[in-house]
Amino acid sequence: MASGTFVTDEYGRPFIILREQGKKSRISGIDAVKSHILAAKTVANIVKTSLGPKGLDKILISPDGEITVTNDGATILSQMEVEHQIAKLLVQLSKSQDDEIGDGTTGVVVLAGALLEQAEALLDRGIHPIRIADGYEAACALAVAHLDKISDVVPFTRTDTVNLLQVAKTSLGSKIVSKCHDKFTSMAVEAVLSVADLERKDVDFELIKVDGKVGGSLEESELVYGVVIDKDFSHPQMPKAIKDAKIAILTCPFEPPKPKTKHKLDITSVEEFNKLKQYETDKFEEMVNRVKDSGANLVCCQWGFDDEANHLLLQKKLPAIRWVGGPELELIAIATNGRIVPRFEELAPEKLGSAGVVREMSFGTTKDRMIVIEECANTRAVTIFIRGGNKMIIDEAKRSIHDALCVVRNLVRDNRVVYGGGAAEIACSLEVSRAADSISTIEQYAMRSFAAALDAVPLTLAANSGLSPIETLAEVKSSQVKEKNFRLGIDAGLNGDNDMRAQHVIDPLISKRQQFLLATQLVKMVLKIDDVIMPGEGDGF
Amino acid sequence: MSLAPVQIFQDQATEERAENARLSSFVGAIAVGDLVKTTLGPKGMDKILQSSNGDIVVTNDGATILKSIALDNPAAKVLVNISKVQDDEVGDGTTSVCVLASELLKEAEKLVNAKIHPQTIIEGYRLATEAARKALEGSAVDNKSNPDQFRRDLVNIANTTLSSKVLSADKEHFSELAVSAVLRLRGSTNLEHIQIIKKAGGRLSDSYLDEGFILDKRIGVNQPKRMEKAKILIANTPMDTDKIKIFGARVKVDATGKLAELERAERDKMKAKVDKIRGHGINCFVNRQLIYNWPEQLFADAGVMAIEHADFEGVERLALVTGGEIASTFDHPDLVKLGHCDLIEEIMIGEDKLIKFSGCAAGEACTIVLRGATSQMLDEAERSLHDALSVLTQTVKETRTVLGGGCSETLMAKAVDELAAITPGKQAMAVEAFARALRMIPTILADNGGYDSSDLVSRLRAAHYEGKSAFGLDMYNGTISDMRALGVTESFKLKKQVLLSAAEAAELVLRVDDIIRAAPRRREAM
Repeated sequence: MASGTFVTDEYGRPFIILREQGKKSRISGIDAVKSHILAAKTVANIVKTSLGPKGLDKILISPDGEITVTNDGATILSQMEVEHQIAKLLVQLSKSQDDEIGDGTTGVVVLAGALLEQAEALLDRGIHPIRIADGYEAACALAVAHLDKISDVVPFTRTDTVNLLQVAKTSLGSKIVSKCHDKFTSMAVEAVLSVADLERKDVDFELIKVDGKVGGSLEESELVYGVVIDKDFSHPQMPKAIKDAKIAILTCPFEPPKPKTKHKLDITSVEEFNKLKQYETDKFEEMVNRVKDSGANLVCCQWGFDDEANHLLLQKKLPAIRWVGGPELELIAIATNGRIVPRFEELAPEKLGSAGVVREMSFGTTKDRMIVIEECANTRAVTIFIRGGNKMIIDEAKRSIHDALCVVRNLVRDNRVVYGGGAAEIACSLEVSRAADSISTIEQYAMRSFAAALDAVPLTLAANSGLSPIETLAEVKSSQVKEKNFRLGIDAGLNGDNDMRAQHVIDPLISKRQQFLLATQLVKMVLKIDDVIMPGEGDGF
Repeated sequence: MSLAPVQIFQDQATEERAENARLSSFVGAIAVGDLVKTTLGPKGMDKILQSSNGDIVVTNDGATILKSIALDNPAAKVLVNISKVQDDEVGDGTTSVCVLASELLKEAEKLVNAKIHPQTIIEGYRLATEAARKALEGSAVDNKSNPDQFRRDLVNIANTTLSSKVLSADKEHFSELAVSAVLRLRGSTNLEHIQIIKKAGGRLSDSYLDEGFILDKRIGVNQPKRMEKAKILIANTPMDTDKIKIFGARVKVDATGKLAELERAERDKMKAKVDKIRGHGINCFVNRQLIYNWPEQLFADAGVMAIEHADFEGVERLALVTGGEIASTFDHPDLVKLGHCDLIEEIMIGEDKLIKFSGCAAGEACTIVLRGATSQMLDEAERSLHDALSVLTQTVKETRTVLGGGCSETLMAKAVDELAAITPGKQAMAVEAFARALRMIPTILADNGGYDSSDLVSRLRAAHYEGKSAFGLDMYNGTISDMRALGVTESFKLKKQVLLSAAEAAELVLRVDDIIRAAPRRREAM
């Protein structure tokens, strides 16, 4: 990236000039690695305190002064606008955990931070970064294999959802919605199950829409078996509720057709003028009649209508919703088993969607109205509708419910679980440090460090819960070994029981595994960087 | 290099952590609470808000005050937001919700300083909120089945709401006004159907509710000024030149003569349109859009009253009042529902001419005419009336009522105190703190009235423990007395929303232990 030039001075000694050297900073070797580790630790320290059921939230203020209050690792990191390159890598890390799994975004960053912290100590002892990376790799493989061993299968069916509820509960435990824990967990589970395809073990998230409106309180949130759209009927005098709706879903505007190619229409005489006028009126009539003829009694259109079209629709008793966004339109189409019709000519009775009830809801004292489409032909589309005292709570509740949805989905895909509360980490840590002793190379040290880093998650959990971290960890660790019970973890909820199975604190196996793999991968990458050349200020980047 | 602290954020981005973050959010929230505190209650004071361009607003409404001040503190913004939501949702109680949230945080600050974990406080607050809500629900009275009693309730609620506003001098007048207006809506919560017209001049008590509907517009020139048994067509259609809507159409002629012909065709088209409109057999035509001189003249010739440029709400309200539909096409006169009213006339309020529609077919909308000495006064009166109307419409939906004057708060505080006594563990301290925060509301009410708050509130508490659970502060005599007898009633929904929103906001702020402020977006110099 920076172009260096090789020159010699008057005595023939070679040296390298970097272009605009004064403006660029360059660090290399161990210094570079250490500086990176420091940056990563700083990031990990920020999110550390949000881990676990007693974790706290962060306020993030955007460049425009907008406020986000959140507990979600991925959201914190993505909104805090870091500039440091390595810190950016960590942001990416939590984002990929979010994309892949949807939960455990804080845990993965804490783990990566701890791994790097341990690596720093090893570097001080003179171990080469690559050897550390190799050791971590081996340890990670061991840990992941061990996770498989200690995993349990939780059975569930559409009717027996107790286990799913428990998992969703664990995920929501650390969020603000824990206020109405049961309500939100059951909403998440029901939403996932109603769209899930249990045979294919697949959950289509497109069918679950999460929507919110300020006002009321979190308890008034509800799961709507249908679609909610933030629009109202196009004409104030259209009926506010429609039974047995047949819905025409249109992506063509209610206006005279126009060719895509650029064109001009010249009016040169009075006859033409009159003809054009007639054509226009006929066209409107025709469009509305086509819709009417197809048997529809509700029109959802992606575009706006002309006043004239609007009135014609009213006259023909065709309630209509205009300016429905693309994704919503698709959702309506899926929910009502309708087809999206791009041209009036293609409207046909079989392409209409059907729904039991379409009604308008109004909120509060302002002009807030929404349209709810319920009892749809296809019951699989659902909307989670969140109410709350203020905007920040709703945003945070949306994020939380998304996390919970992801966790439940993961279980539907793969119903193996490990125990939370740091239990899985402690078990893996024990396994890795046991295995480390039998390794004859330097990697042994790296593996021990890996084991120590795994302890960071339970340590943080304990610290966040107000327990004495080291004491608690030592206690749990020794009882895991003594009782050979890998289900023991940190009692973060302060319920007086360490058995995570009894407390129903469970995480999907794939989520934990992904955390281990992603964190190790990132650490390996950071350790391998030994030279950074940064463009200086004002370098045009 | 490696030892220097690593800057991971952009320049100018700041981070406050743990105690600092908590301190800054507490300070911000408490400051907001203190700011609006003095406006609470019937003896609360107003604030003058001066905007940067010199406009002055005098108000007592919490939401209006908070909306107008620019705040930088995140916790303060949370409080502003809850007061805004309270305004949207219930319409009143915007000050109470802020004060309660900030009192909750004040109490929480003490607990945090006593080394209690924020999560423990939150747990305690949650328990307390639940207990308070149950107590509130228990004390709520529902008079839905008895229309007379219910109407009295509504009047009382309006009285309570208005007593803290500028209208308090004429509150009986205004509460009657508001209640009649709301009852006309028949359960609809759409406040747009109540039109408020402000005209400077006269006294506040000259304000009145008009049975009919008043439109702040003029009747076209040369047209009848008075119309009995009017048949009204309400329309939303262009009456200037009827544009051709086909994309890309334009006129291209090669001679002036042809241009003239075309112009004539256009005129004919308009005339045809006017004829079609007249074909509905109407004698009044109201359009949302402009009516040009030519069609206006045509209407005048035909003796039809034409009113142009009635804004959207005006048209919608008119449609509701007269029972007509808003039309845009005129080819099927038989299908269009016309509006009817007995009399349309031009009236004078102050110096302005307005159009009044009286004796309408459907009476679901109405007009309140506000009179007052200054425009600030009128604005504040409108806000107050709007608050009262909002609360009333919400009460028509959720008919339960509770008692005001600090009675409900004391009642809830008592229930929460009882809960604290039986709660084991550290949460109990938070529960107690919650009760203290609730009791701060009557304390502030008394303070604002200039009474001895410690004496009054302790007497009030004692009265509640004696079982006189309807007792509250009598703000006019400086004593405690039975609120039900005094008729100080508030909407249950309002009180519930205040409690829940404040608790939610306090929780939200309490959970924070880190504030990260991104570098402000650089703006180009203007």
